[in-house]
Amino acid sequence: MKPTLADRSARFLHQPVGLWPRALLGLAAACVLVIYVLPLWNLTMFAPQYPDGLRLDIYDHTLAGGNNGQDIKEINLLNHYIGMHDLTVEGFTEFKWMPFALGGIALILLRAMVFGTVKELVDAFMVFMYFGAFSLWSFGYKLYQYGHELAPTAAVKVPPFMPPMFGYRQIANFEVYSYPRAGTYVMVAAMSSVTLALFLAWRQRARHAAA
Amino acid sequence: MRSRGKIAWSALAPVVLAGVMSTQCSPSAPKSARKAGVSDAAIAAEKTYVAPGDLDEYYMFSSGGQSGNIYVYGLPSMRHISTIPVYSPYPATGYGFDDASKAMLGGYTWGDVHHPSLSETKGDYDGRWLFANDMNGRIARIDLRDFKTKQIYGPVPNVSGNHSGAYLTPNSEYAMMGSRFSIPLPKGTYAPIDKYAGEYKGVVAAIKIDPKDGQMSLGWQILMPPFDYDLGDAGKLVSDGWMFWTSYNTERATGKLEVTASQRDRDYIAAVNWRAAEAAINAGKGDLIGGVKVLDPKKNPGIVYLIPCSKSPHGVDVSPDGKYIIGSGKLAGITTAFNFEKIQTAIRNKDYEGEEDGIPVLKYDSVKDAEIPVGLGPLHTQFGPNGEAYTSLFVDSAVAKWKLGTWEVIDKIPVSYSIGHLAAAEGDTVSPDGKYLVALNKLSHGRHLSVGPAQPESSQLIDISDEKMKLLYDAFTEPEPHYAQIVKADKIHPIEVYPKEENHHPLAVWDVNQAGVTRNGNKVTVKMVAVRSTLTPTSFEVNEGDIVTIAITNIEQTTDELHGFGLLDYNINVIVDPGETKTVTFTAKKGVFPYYCTNFCSALHQEMQGYLLVKPR
Repeated sequence: MKPTLADRSARFLHQPVGLWPRALLGLAAACVLVIYVLPLWNLTMFAPQYPDGLRLDIYDHTLAGGNNGQDIKEINLLNHYIGMHDLTVEGFTEFKWMPFALGGIALILLRAMVFGTVKELVDAFMVFMYFGAFSLWSFGYKLYQYGHELAPTAAVKVPPFMPPMFGYRQIANFEVYSYPRAGTYVMVAAMSSVTLALFLAWRQRARHAAA
Repeated sequence: MRSRGKIAWSALAPVVLAGVMSTQCSPSAPKSARKAGVSDAAIAAEKTYVAPGDLDEYYMFSSGGQSGNIYVYGLPSMRHISTIPVYSPYPATGYGFDDASKAMLGGYTWGDVHHPSLSETKGDYDGRWLFANDMNGRIARIDLRDFKTKQIYGPVPNVSGNHSGAYLTPNSEYAMMGSRFSIPLPKGTYAPIDKYAGEYKGVVAAIKIDPKDGQMSLGWQILMPPFDYDLGDAGKLVSDGWMFWTSYNTERATGKLEVTASQRDRDYIAAVNWRAAEAAINAGKGDLIGGVKVLDPKKNPGIVYLIPCSKSPHGVDVSPDGKYIIGSGKLAGITTAFNFEKIQTAIRNKDYEGEEDGIPVLKYDSVKDAEIPVGLGPLHTQFGPNGEAYTSLFVDSAVAKWKLGTWEVIDKIPVSYSIGHLAAAEGDTVSPDGKYLVALNKLSHGRHLSVGPAQPESSQLIDISDEKMKLLYDAFTEPEPHYAQIVKADKIHPIEVYPKEENHHPLAVWDVNQAGVTRNGNKVTVKMVAVRSTLTPTSFEVNEGDIVTIAITNIEQTTDELHGFGLLDYNINVIVDPGETKTVTFTAKKGVFPYYCTNFCSALHQEMQGYLLVKPR
């Protein structure tokens, strides 16, 4: 009797994963932990009177201005003329839950590595991907908020705007560049590892079935 | 017929004579004019052009004379970059208006700066501080970390007309100064002018410098005969431990000095063994005059010697190796090179030719090495890296280049006009750079767009990198450049904002929410925050007669974001640099008085204003 789809998927989900997928899961967990100390994203702004640029690094738990933090003060100082909220660490709820969530993801990845069935692997994959997508959306939404929630009493009225999430945009006298930094690349590497682990497990399934 | 022809010829003769004579009249310009003050445009332009955004290679700190300022130039562009107010109020930076700088000026509103003196370590500029004399018996210290005057020391007791300062010793142990105008001592003593030769006294003074923070303190002094002590230079390397000063009016004359003080063919260089003087002071020698320990050379032999130097010498300059002391008699046509070793030998052998008030006068022929025929009116000498010496010639309006050791004059370049001092790149240190020399001229005679009778002075940049000197550039400097020093730019490391962590001012506030007004009796303290584009508080009330202190903190940490605080009808204007706190204190008079930011800061600078409201009693 040919096994039903449910049987096959149940078998697949309970199938233990091999050494390579486990190693990749361990690597992904390690990557996730490293992200804490790496900047995720960078915004750099140039204007004629700022030839050295103003730089802002976004971490999973904090903001860091260039020039020993001075750049963030300068960005806020300039933004107050157009009525933008101050960029402060307190203004980002993300900074509270992101390290916690990343820690959770690391634990889930480690759990998948230790218990080592496809089920755990799929769980970890799904949670991680959801986290990545949500974070990206959250970042975009924050940028949107900052660019749109402008005080009506601002000295200089500008139309609400969307700062670039990725790439370059000219905003008034500023060239604004927005690009991912090491933290994001590590995160993508971690996600790729988990994806690859899943792929290898799938290939193993084929071998199990053949056997 | 023949006689008629003769008559005709005779009639022509005067015409011919007139024709011949007309070719013999004075030329419209001197012979020297063809070569004076011109430069090869292409070479000069290339050598002095500093492209927009590029930086100069050297700083030049030029004395501002009676302006009381120091002017900062960049070389080779000769661009005026900044003015450092030292002895005079300067509204551009608010200097002399806030409580601290006002107190430092001590009631003076002018000074006469002649000789800037960069701090040295082992005889080389170390880029820490710049000292500068004032004729009113003072010496100031500028910190090169922020290019601000940090201390004005004096008026120093007993010193009368501090022309012969501020010369630093090779490790900045002392800033030396001295009297140009001898007077009866201590100050406040009366003696009639006909007692000048005996009862008037000069002093030379050593002002102690704290090696850690540059803070100056009293030091000690030496009682000197009533000569006019003019310029100085400290010995270096082999001659370290000695200080040399020129003196004129060794005639001890009064009255019309241009005549009476120009009678002797030789005046003196005073050679002071300052280490011996220091040891004598530490051993408890010295009499208290005017609150200062003063050594009398008569009672303390072995400290001061006099060296005869050609007529009314101005500059005395020690060669980079410390071996030669170059004295320039301004009313002579020669510059004299004295040999330090020979001076020591003469002292050992008591090879004297006389004495002045108990101070031995060394025998001229025993201590001089050479008389260099540099030209007329030699004033001041600077040095190059390979034994070159450059002497300014006031009367000739030229710079002579000659060689130490061989004593030959190699080249001469005319300058425009009437050069006083000159400054070569690091040209008074143990390791001169060569490359550039600036002629600090007293007269410009219209080599610039006319600005009426009050003409600027002129500073001319001269290329000294080759055998022949070449004129590169004319810059027109504010009165009155006496001496200047040129230092390699990489030796100086200024900050660009005052870091918040270093602001320990008790009235500083760093948050607009902490700004506000507190009252204690009739004393009102206002803690004010200046940040783009608001002065907080934007208005405040006090009562007529209150003593109001406003402490303005510029909480910016961005370069070049200066803010001002100008208070109308009170003669108050201060400029506060990023991270700085300054206070102003005044008695409130009734009415409403606007205050505003005087230093352009931002797009909404014009809105950066407020009101002081003073309620009548």
